[in-house]
Amino acid sequence: MNIEIKSGRVVDPVNGVDEVQSLYVSEGKIAAIGVPPEGFLANEVIDAAGCVVSPGFIDLCTYLREPGYEYKGTVASETFAAAKGGYTAVCCPPETLPVNDSEAVTNLILDLASRAGSAKVYPIGALTKGLKGQQLSEIYSLKQAGCVAVGNSGRPVANLSVLKRCCEYAKTHEMSVFVRPEDVSLASDGCVHEGAVATRLGLPGIPVLAETVAVSQLSLLAEETGAHIHMSQLTSEKSVELVAAAKARGIPVTADVSVQHLLLTDIAVSGFDSRLHCLPPFRSEADRLALIEGVNTGVIDAVCSQHQPHEAAAKQAPFAESEPGVSSIETALPLLLGLERKSVLSMDMLVRALSAGATRVLGVKGGSLSVGESADICIFDPLAQWVVSDESIKSLGKNTPWDGIELQGLVKATLVDGHTVYA
Amino acid sequence: MAHPKEPNRLQLNDQGRLRHFLTLDGLDRATLTEILDTADSFIEVGARSIKKVPLLRGKTVVNLFFEASTRTRSTFELAAKRLSADVLNLNISTSATSKGESLSDTLQNLEAMASDMFVVRHSQSGAPHFIAESVTPNVSIINAGDGRHAHPTQAMLDMLTIRQHKGAFEGLTVAIVGDILHSRVARSQIRALNTLGVSEVRVIAPNTLLPVDIESLGVSVFSTMKEGLDAVDVIIMLRLQKERMEGALLPSEHEFYELYGLTTEKLEYAKPDSIVMHPGPINRGVEIESAVADGPQSVILNQVTNGIAVRMAVMSMAMSGQTAAISAATPE
Repeated sequence: MNIEIKSGRVVDPVNGVDEVQSLYVSEGKIAAIGVPPEGFLANEVIDAAGCVVSPGFIDLCTYLREPGYEYKGTVASETFAAAKGGYTAVCCPPETLPVNDSEAVTNLILDLASRAGSAKVYPIGALTKGLKGQQLSEIYSLKQAGCVAVGNSGRPVANLSVLKRCCEYAKTHEMSVFVRPEDVSLASDGCVHEGAVATRLGLPGIPVLAETVAVSQLSLLAEETGAHIHMSQLTSEKSVELVAAAKARGIPVTADVSVQHLLLTDIAVSGFDSRLHCLPPFRSEADRLALIEGVNTGVIDAVCSQHQPHEAAAKQAPFAESEPGVSSIETALPLLLGLERKSVLSMDMLVRALSAGATRVLGVKGGSLSVGESADICIFDPLAQWVVSDESIKSLGKNTPWDGIELQGLVKATLVDGHTVYA
Repeated sequence: MAHPKEPNRLQLNDQGRLRHFLTLDGLDRATLTEILDTADSFIEVGARSIKKVPLLRGKTVVNLFFEASTRTRSTFELAAKRLSADVLNLNISTSATSKGESLSDTLQNLEAMASDMFVVRHSQSGAPHFIAESVTPNVSIINAGDGRHAHPTQAMLDMLTIRQHKGAFEGLTVAIVGDILHSRVARSQIRALNTLGVSEVRVIAPNTLLPVDIESLGVSVFSTMKEGLDAVDVIIMLRLQKERMEGALLPSEHEFYELYGLTTEKLEYAKPDSIVMHPGPINRGVEIESAVADGPQSVILNQVTNGIAVRMAVMSMAMSGQTAAISAATPE
């Protein structure tokens, strides 16, 4: 099977490519860029004129909800939504029911993903049994079963001694540790950024300190144990500074930020809109700008969707009682393209943050259009407009604050291993 | 950017009249003055032998209290009855929710009983917004206190009390003392005082009882009574909950009283004609000395009387604005 993706703007940051040309796919692999391989006869030609052709996006945080929360989303529904968003692979946190702390659950998720046939799935196993933060999970077995990393999915680990041992054991098996940096006692029952908006609304706030204290501790733990610690969803300027300092010292830490945190600040929650209830919270404008800067300088390795689909009832409650999270995997690309149009983010950086950044964090293949790589490709029209609605959103979770808003940037086709999984 | 859900889009109708009363945020001086003027006219009703006006006749008002309250609930009940409404009191506290029924389900059941107005008290900030927005758009919602967010009728009755004693708001310096962090009353008072044009709003408290960036609400911050009460016209004392000792917010009631309790001695720092207010219930000997609470400068009991009139004003205004909004939305 040979495919020619014709006349698109091929953007491949890893190989420094950004020009209008054709891309050739053969037997599920990238065969050539620009000039067809000798004797290449296309079985299929995809006209990509006016479109960007990039490596398929890879997400570091997509809640698939299955097993256990199928009323919010299923592996099939959410990997299809991911494909519609231009993603060819997604990492799913272990917060399922039962928790993904065993080979059995990992196998189930991978089996469901393979049957669904949309985006690939890279499960993240639980760092501790049941995510209870007390006992080590079987990290070696999880790795054997196909988990790409272990993490605690935003749940607290009882104490630093347990966390240190988790890091040591993960390091033994060369597994990355995903942690959302947050000191539980400082975050307490907070649900928004601790600042003027929280003060006015009378909502309990989460201070920046809750994050920076944790970032500092995690950096020291990574330095001490040698484990690779990936900090998920940074929210503050100071955290970016701390991560930059840790990286400068050669400590094995990486970090990501969610698309939403690059766009929203705490002002967004002014009207108690539960769709904007998100943890970690949206912070100040200075924080938002520092996060964008962090992406541009590479201190922040990747931009994730932090896709959290919910059933309608989860958001039908007073702000603090509603469940946090945004259904975001289908809006990630158009929202980032909005930043690109404002010249806040270059196209090269946008594609890098959505693809190669994640593969570097994960230590997996992909994220580029190098010849011989799997043909995981996203073709999108950066200018096409569409309106976010219950119908246009394919995720089971319709909980998006952009409902009813017209966005610019539409995925035309997503190819996984040379197969069109969305078009 | 997401839809901005500004409070006024929610609580005002197309003519800019109140249809819900959720917060003082965004309400202008004219609206607040209208509430006070309307309340003034209802004070006279309370003095009559037949204390009723027919403004809410045929309407059903449900007092929905998800959090315990005696005084606020009774004054709302009296206010509704003096407006000739039928009143249903529901103390939902935890009964319905502990049975697994969601707030939405509870409210839909009540709406099905053809209620016209919900008076809502809830422990969650923003609960009345949620109810007005998502659950029962045809019912007028009056906020009777939500979490730490707002207690707008309490603030307005305090404003009425201040106006009665001081005549006007211009030129006044007002100090609010105590647990600002947890106080929905303080947040609404600060908003009302600034909108009505006082010279200065001060808050006096230790840093542990002050929310972050409190200055952004338009207050100056003081940590001692001596400086904070200097030449003020109005002193508002806030209730201190005993639980505050547990979260390492305060060392002891004793030390708090020594530093921030309003005693006859500390009252001397304020202007001689200053008035002393308290939203109640009072903790004598914790935040205020009995001699001050019962003294000549105390207007605490006036606040209670004014509570009924202000609630009548707000309920009648919101009901009329809501009725107008519903009829405007209904095709001929």
